[in-house]
Amino acid sequence: MSLVEIAGISKSYGAVQVLKNVSLDIAKGEVVAVIGRSGSGKSTMLRCINGLEPIQAGSISVDGVRVNDPKTNLRKLRQEVGIVFQSFNLFPHLSVCDNITLAPRVVKKQAPEAAREVAREVLRRVGLEDKLDALPSQLSGGQQQRVAIARSLAMKPKLMLFDEVTSALDPELTGEVLKVLESVAQEGMTMVLVTHEMGFARRFGSRVVFMHEGRIHEEGQAAAVLAEPKTPELQTFLSAVLH
Amino acid sequence: MIRTFSYIDVMYLVAAARWTLALTATAFAGSAVLGLVLAIARISPVGPLRWLTAAYIHVVQGTPLLVWLFLIFFGLPLLGVSVNPWLAAALAFSIYGSAFLGEIWRGALASIARTQWEAGASLGLSVYEQLRHVIVPQSIRIAIPPTVGFLVQLIKNTSLAATIGLVELTREGQLTAAGTYRPFAVYITVAIIYFAMCFPLTQWSRSLERKLDVAR
Amino acid sequence: MKYGLQFRDIFAAWDSILDGVLVTLTLSVWTMLGGLAVGVTCAAAKVYGAGWLKRVVTIYVEVIRNTPLLVQLFLIFFGLPSFGIRLDGMTAALIALVINLGAYTTEIVRAGFEAVPKAQMEAGHSLGLSGLQVFRYIVVFPALKAMFPALASQFVLLMLATSVVSQISVEDLFHAASIVQSRTFRDFEVYTVIGVLYLALAFAFRGLFAGIYYWAFVRR
Repeated sequence: MSLVEIAGISKSYGAVQVLKNVSLDIAKGEVVAVIGRSGSGKSTMLRCINGLEPIQAGSISVDGVRVNDPKTNLRKLRQEVGIVFQSFNLFPHLSVCDNITLAPRVVKKQAPEAAREVAREVLRRVGLEDKLDALPSQLSGGQQQRVAIARSLAMKPKLMLFDEVTSALDPELTGEVLKVLESVAQEGMTMVLVTHEMGFARRFGSRVVFMHEGRIHEEGQAAAVLAEPKTPELQTFLSAVLH
Repeated sequence: MIRTFSYIDVMYLVAAARWTLALTATAFAGSAVLGLVLAIARISPVGPLRWLTAAYIHVVQGTPLLVWLFLIFFGLPLLGVSVNPWLAAALAFSIYGSAFLGEIWRGALASIARTQWEAGASLGLSVYEQLRHVIVPQSIRIAIPPTVGFLVQLIKNTSLAATIGLVELTREGQLTAAGTYRPFAVYITVAIIYFAMCFPLTQWSRSLERKLDVAR
Repeated sequence: MKYGLQFRDIFAAWDSILDGVLVTLTLSVWTMLGGLAVGVTCAAAKVYGAGWLKRVVTIYVEVIRNTPLLVQLFLIFFGLPSFGIRLDGMTAALIALVINLGAYTTEIVRAGFEAVPKAQMEAGHSLGLSGLQVFRYIVVFPALKAMFPALASQFVLLMLATSVVSQISVEDLFHAASIVQSRTFRDFEVYTVIGVLYLALAFAFRGLFAGIYYWAFVRR
């Protein structure tokens, strides 16, 4: 059984249909890169996986738990699914340590000292151990994003979702974030990334999914899909992006 | 002799609202003229002028409207300046209003990005020309919603003119309440009339603000 | 000019003036507390309440904000006795001021909560926090910080507006002015001094609020 099973989901915002009968299975340990134009539905699909967006048709299951079932305890599900946003969304009034330990303390009822140790550990993994007590406003964009990744890792999720996590960064800061993503991938985390970073997708993605106008247009092994696009839409997209 | 609170009284109240509007218009004119001067003085490069204007605004915004009203109406005559209620009210409201309106307009002028000034200057325009052709036209659009909001404040403020005996809507209400011994009915009617004047303006100000947000 | 400015008589009546200051301060502080309570409750009702509750709050806010405080005061002090409710000046003043301030505070509090970006709340939910936890740990503090300046401003305006209660013979600072005036007939000096006192009070309150803001939100 796949870790994530997306079966025939459709979603509309009012009159506009943004997802049209999308199906996708993601196995444990896979790193799936989702690419496509803005408006193709890729971020929406991602946000459906942890229930941030409701769906109108179809079903999504994460580790056997149906996301769109009204009886499902979404809070419990979200402890297993981490998400990192394009605009980091760190809590500005809390220190880095408090940002990271908030959920473990309040949701998992961990003791503050234990939580702080976990925070130190995940910060070490993203290379920011010395920023434990800093404020988000004192950090660069790349550092804030790495803290956001650490914050999600602290909950020890089974699955991590990344929504264009490098798009809001200055070019020279994307490198440090990509390095962290690499190490997370190498540790065997199941990852779904909506991204424009084709280089990363090719090197570390097990699969690439190309979305166009609310549907999955092409998908397959990363290297193959990116090197030999079969559909004209993907060809156009790649030639525009890789310039 | 107590008379009943009748339809005729309601008509008199509505008629008194004319004076409320007249006073509002006069005070607005005064506030606008003075406010414009203040706004421009506040963004001028002359240091002492900026400082003086800021002090004026702080003083006016830090004292109750009633103080200005009474100072002018009761105080000035003792210094040899005779004032009737109308003049006193118009003057007091203008002074009070100019501080708030001036700040609103200064905010509008200041919100025009520095880059607009630079663009104008780079084209060789003088400060006056920049103001006239580039900055002020853009500021006006931004200034309109809060200015309409200020108008609502002004209409409500005119009720205080009753305290120096000027017959506008509130004073007429006091007189009617005294004559009919029906204060509740009278003041409810007065409130309704004020609401009828203010609410449309409030809504207009909001719709203007929405249109502005859409346009940006 | 035959009139010489003479402030000595004013200072001789200092105790009346001080009594007035005390009343103004008392009225202001109680109104601020009451108005804030009303504002927070109504703002919560507007954001989380059922449809009919939202409408009731909206009507309350719109009616108060589009009618003069003086008329509201008269309605409570002179109007309620028609229904057998006879309130003394202070009580009527307090009620009218709290009702008035509450309407303005509702809008300010609501704006403060709406200023917290939705993305912050999404991040909280995505970490598995419950609605209440998101509110408590992520929304409250930034919302308070956002609404504080507007709230402080409104409170200072309120303190100055309490001067209208003099019109129903409540013995506040402005009323003290008319007492001194009737004794000394020096209207110009009296109202100047009273004006300066209000200015000092406004200054003091502004400073107090700025201090609170700094202590709560700026220092770490």
